[in-house]
Amino acid sequence: MSTSHNEQGAAKRLLAWVDARFPLTKMINEHAAEYYAPKNFNFWYLFGVLSLVVLVIQLLTGIFLTMNYKPAAADAFASVEYIMRDVQWGWLIRYIHSTGASAFFIVVYLHMFRGLLYGSFKPPRELLWIFGMLIYVVLMGEAFMGYLLPWGQMSYWGAQVITSLFGAIPVVGDGLVEWIRGDFFISDITLNRFFALHVIALPLVLIFLVVAHILALHEVGSNNPDGVEIKNTKGPDGIPLDGIAFHPYYSVKDTVGLAVFLMAFCAVVFFAPDMGGYFLEHANFEPANAMKTPLHIAPVWYFTPFYAILRAVPDKLGGVILMGAAIIVLFLLPWLDRSPVRSIRYRGWLYKLPLGLFAAAFVMLGYLGMQPPTPTYTYLARLGTVIYFGFFLLLPWLSRVDKTKPVPERVTYHA
Amino acid sequence: MLKRFLVVLLLSTPLVGMASSAGGHLEKANVDVSNTASLQRGARNFINYCSGCHSAQYVRFNRLGADLGLSETQLRDNLMFAAERPFDTIKVAMPAADATRWFGQPPPDLSLIARSRGADWLFGFLTSFHQDDTRATGMNNLMLPGASMPHVLWELQGMQRAVYRTENDAAGNEHEVFDRFEQTAAGSLSTEEYKEFVRDTVTFLEYISEPVKLERIQLGIWVMFFLLIFFLLAYALKKEYWKDVH
Repeated sequence: MSTSHNEQGAAKRLLAWVDARFPLTKMINEHAAEYYAPKNFNFWYLFGVLSLVVLVIQLLTGIFLTMNYKPAAADAFASVEYIMRDVQWGWLIRYIHSTGASAFFIVVYLHMFRGLLYGSFKPPRELLWIFGMLIYVVLMGEAFMGYLLPWGQMSYWGAQVITSLFGAIPVVGDGLVEWIRGDFFISDITLNRFFALHVIALPLVLIFLVVAHILALHEVGSNNPDGVEIKNTKGPDGIPLDGIAFHPYYSVKDTVGLAVFLMAFCAVVFFAPDMGGYFLEHANFEPANAMKTPLHIAPVWYFTPFYAILRAVPDKLGGVILMGAAIIVLFLLPWLDRSPVRSIRYRGWLYKLPLGLFAAAFVMLGYLGMQPPTPTYTYLARLGTVIYFGFFLLLPWLSRVDKTKPVPERVTYHA
Repeated sequence: MLKRFLVVLLLSTPLVGMASSAGGHLEKANVDVSNTASLQRGARNFINYCSGCHSAQYVRFNRLGADLGLSETQLRDNLMFAAERPFDTIKVAMPAADATRWFGQPPPDLSLIARSRGADWLFGFLTSFHQDDTRATGMNNLMLPGASMPHVLWELQGMQRAVYRTENDAAGNEHEVFDRFEQTAAGSLSTEEYKEFVRDTVTFLEYISEPVKLERIQLGIWVMFFLLIFFLLAYALKKEYWKDVH
């Protein structure tokens, strides 16, 4: 008994020693034990934590893949097969990484949609939203460059097509494409630099942005499904009446969500790592061949909504501009939405209906982007593109005239 | 607008029709990589009939032995004719330059062919060689029209001719559609035996495309079991903590 007392005393003394030199306890309190989050979080609020988990999964598995992967055109494809067949547990690490790429986009898309549902981008969370959007853009770059590394046919031709898009830019276009590729076509040189960007540059930027995203969140506090600002009703102790400490309440709740997520994730990794050709495209099991263009080139599913927008425009430059605009317009969301109300729970049909149409159009564009273009599909893609942009362009007006319901003082919560 | 819509409809229908007729012949391969006997026969078929021209450069003989239940002596006596050491991979003796001269391109490596093409496609490919005098090899293929590969299994399958019928699509255009095969010369195997031969071979190709598949599935079951228990414990913990939240 006395020994355990002594041990406790020793641990406390060690912590005090550290705290006198580094704000350890202070940081834990600020970001977990005394970070008060609204108690009415629902299912949608899981995906922030899950994105963080997937980021860590990708970083860790990426380190081990790098140990056996060879970023050279002559060796890359074979080194991936070496990982799959000869490296102990290499297949598992590779499948976790390839599934993680798709999982990252699934959780990030759901996380972003949550923001649209509950107005999480509205003041004072504009900068939080901007950081999030920057993460999304960097993530797209990270995924695009990572997809070149296995050096399969789709890696090669996907990169060829996407990099060639920059060629549509007037005057500097051709030079820009050459500068990005480091060659006149996708080659060993391109693979080398994409590898450098994929394993060092972009992950560093991602980590920095994620820290900024979380710091901004903890500065303004979390939004919630009611869109009520919990900081407006505080108890005598200065703690929001509707707030609960992130740790332990949300750390244990998120662990439950994490378990469910991991079940879905592992089901893919162990039982369907190709996911029917959506996560690992069939054509990518054929080594890159510059002399043989595949009949049908499609990016991986998470890029296809934007790819469909690109193809919907008959003019190449116009398509590239519209594709870029589809991303940029998301950055402007905090200033396009003029509604006094955050949450969809208290907004009227003039937000609910367009948001539903927008989500449906996004999914439809995603499907169309995977298919070979037919005249019917092109018309549908144009319709989807109009809905996509229509949502944002009509928002300033619709959000002002929309009939909102009164927002309660406190969050709604039933234990 | 309506006119334009009708034009679109008319233009798109033949496309749909073509797409469906191209895959018309597909018969399911029904492969089972847990069937070791089938894998062993498939390995024999592969070494005897495929490996003369096709490599499987990521497949090691000792891994084959371990997974297919073959001893090193069995490997040496039955499968390793050109390879020296058990950890060698399945290479091909034909120089790539010669192969290009003879076939237009070197025959592809088959390590991953089942993952890029699919088992059903491979089954269709190996069963749908048919006589075509317009081709240099005298043979054509339904799955890969204009294939440069000769029908190396003709002694087993015999010869067949493709019979086409004429069909009208919704727009009233006539199409030549594959109807059936007509045997013109018998092979050493019956039709059913030949299908089994191909099935074994495709099973082997499916196995070498992902040797870890069975292990992956078995491990996955344990992982799911673990996660289920983890979920139950996490849920109980959450319930306990959230008792104080009102």
